[in-house]
Amino acid sequence: MRLKKAVSVTLMAVMSLSLLAGCGSEGQQGSKEGGSDGAVFKIGGIGPATGSAAVYGEAVKNGAELAVKEINEAGGINGVQIEFNYQDDENDAEKAVNAYNTLKDWDMQMLLGTVTSGPCVAVGEVAQEDNMFMLTPSGTAVECVKYDNAFRVCFSDPMQGLESAKYIGENHLATKVAAIYDSSDVYSTGIYQAFAEEAENQNLEIVAAEAFTGESKSDFSVQLQKAKDAGAELVFLPFYYSEASLVLKQAAGMSYSPIFFGCDGMDGILAVEGFDANLANDLIFLSPFTPTSDDEMIQKFVGDFESAYGGTPNQFAADAYDGIYAIKAALEEANATPDMSASDICEAMKTAMTAIEIDGVTAKGLKWEASGEPSKEPMVVKIADGNYAVVE
Amino acid sequence: MINMKKINKTTRSNLTTYAMILVMFLVMQTLVSTGNVSSLLQGLLVPLCAYIILAVSLNLTVGILGELSLGHAGFMCVGAFSSAFFSKCMADVIPVAGVRYFFALCIGAAAAGLCGVLVGIPVLRLKGDYLAIVTLAFGEIIKNVMNILFIGKDSAGFHFSTKDSRSLGLLEDGEVIINGPQGITGTPKDSTFLIGVILIFVTLFIVLNLIHSRSGRAIMSIRDNRIAAESVGINITKYKLMAFSISAALAGVAGVTYAHNLANLTAQPKNFGYNMSIMILVFVVLGGIGNIRGSVIAAVILTLLPELLRGLSDYRMLIYAVVLIAMMLFNWSPKAIEWREKHMARFKRNNKKEA
Repeated sequence: MRLKKAVSVTLMAVMSLSLLAGCGSEGQQGSKEGGSDGAVFKIGGIGPATGSAAVYGEAVKNGAELAVKEINEAGGINGVQIEFNYQDDENDAEKAVNAYNTLKDWDMQMLLGTVTSGPCVAVGEVAQEDNMFMLTPSGTAVECVKYDNAFRVCFSDPMQGLESAKYIGENHLATKVAAIYDSSDVYSTGIYQAFAEEAENQNLEIVAAEAFTGESKSDFSVQLQKAKDAGAELVFLPFYYSEASLVLKQAAGMSYSPIFFGCDGMDGILAVEGFDANLANDLIFLSPFTPTSDDEMIQKFVGDFESAYGGTPNQFAADAYDGIYAIKAALEEANATPDMSASDICEAMKTAMTAIEIDGVTAKGLKWEASGEPSKEPMVVKIADGNYAVVE
Repeated sequence: MINMKKINKTTRSNLTTYAMILVMFLVMQTLVSTGNVSSLLQGLLVPLCAYIILAVSLNLTVGILGELSLGHAGFMCVGAFSSAFFSKCMADVIPVAGVRYFFALCIGAAAAGLCGVLVGIPVLRLKGDYLAIVTLAFGEIIKNVMNILFIGKDSAGFHFSTKDSRSLGLLEDGEVIINGPQGITGTPKDSTFLIGVILIFVTLFIVLNLIHSRSGRAIMSIRDNRIAAESVGINITKYKLMAFSISAALAGVAGVTYAHNLANLTAQPKNFGYNMSIMILVFVVLGGIGNIRGSVIAAVILTLLPELLRGLSDYRMLIYAVVLIAMMLFNWSPKAIEWREKHMARFKRNNKKEA
């Protein structure tokens, strides 16, 4: 009897505490606003913080927060501080719209997001209705920047596929090509489709196009065997490094050693735990960002990132970092003030974005076209002796 | 008030459910029109309607028919994709959103209902938990089929492929409508809160009337004692199939609402996988198996909860899980029920004394 009461009281206490905790953190946000006289630029961020895509969301969050911290310490944008609020979308379109609405309630003035393509398209539609400026650090699907208020930092899927095929064709790396791609993933299929299209123009013969799905991404022996039987000299791997490390391991296990060629998702493969870096030797991939570059800016970014969050930043973090600086540059160009409404800022930013040119960690002289696409050249990276090396 | 007492108990209970939805609708509508609602809540209104319909429709299978279905998200997926496909094709032909949406609804419900019949015909003849297994597989199959399906349209008609969008061989004027894992982008945003609420009413009307009809009693008799039901000449398969396909068709309606609220529709494990099916089952179990009004309330609470917990940032999903477990215990543990009843009894006594 007494026990029952105790249990029920505890339960009630836990539940009400959780409610209070909710209020508490909201209160904190409120006080932050009050502390800076309300005159701050409010930048929202959306991306997965839970679920299978959380790695990418986390990287974007850290990269963006690092940039925000630096800018604030250096005196802000035209003397105005920035506040950054990152919301979880669980890599789901519906949740992303909820996150967007939450940020709107927080009076967000521009959006750095979303991280993944699917949610990005859904949020893009709503943001367009609200005339909210959005800059996606890593939404690669074509539709992500369909509207004139949307821009992106990364390369688009078709562009990566096209550049990959061009590079292979122009450098005569191979004529018989196999492709393995994730048919349940927007990014992977998008790149593959563009690659297959351009391959024809480059006289590349795709001898095997093998798909896998997100739910069976641990065994690639069937796909590799087919590529081997078809006599492919090069295997194109348009997906992320975690799966790619398995592909390389299994290929080595069946003593199949074609040229492996990847996209920007390959960046980070050397950091995979328990992966023999020697297996990745001679792996070529296109990337906007290499953490081992000698460039002073990149060195500083990597150093700061490592000391702040531990671990080497990947291209997602780099894209987000550049994204915040691009917003800063555009706000300065547009002479925007924090008392402007989100819609007014958006109007000003639309033209300002095409006028700015920034030196970021993902590219020098990064510029944007009105279509929302960045104009930058991908770097070709080849792994040699367990290290990334940029191919000139 | 006197009238209320004359009405029989089930009708009164049904009317309470309708009234609850109506009051919720009116309150929200007033708040929206006076601008007192946060954009978060405003954005949640249509998904809420979809989840309520899903929960109520699954309760028909789980609570009234007494069969376990783990593939409700699959039926939702069928409804969503078929209707979004229709709406995207017809966006130019039928410019009036209302008319287009009505047809989309019919198509979504019919497609999902048809799938329900197809799944049900072999499985519902069996005794035991086979429906759970088959529906689980069905949901996964549908999700994966949607991920490899490419359909395009040009002046020569429709093109179809399971390989990639290039192999569709579209002409210059062609447009890819279903683009594999990228799904359908650019579905017209036709779902509104008003339509959502009307659909809830229709769903409730169908389900509640079915339950209290002759057929409904037959269905429940199968649930309670199959042998006895069979012995009095009830056609088991027919009634089971009836309940199951209606449930599937209503899930399709929810899918239509869902699809026409988002600009892009993809079949991810997150929204149409078995996780989602389990989530709907959680609505039903938490609200009380066989309790339609409970399903409505549970769907509302559990959809709002993770959003209201956003203030906790990193601990959000953790707290959500803890609250879920706590609520389940509070609702279903025998001790908790006993404690609740005792307190309710005391509360009622006190009320009477005061009166």
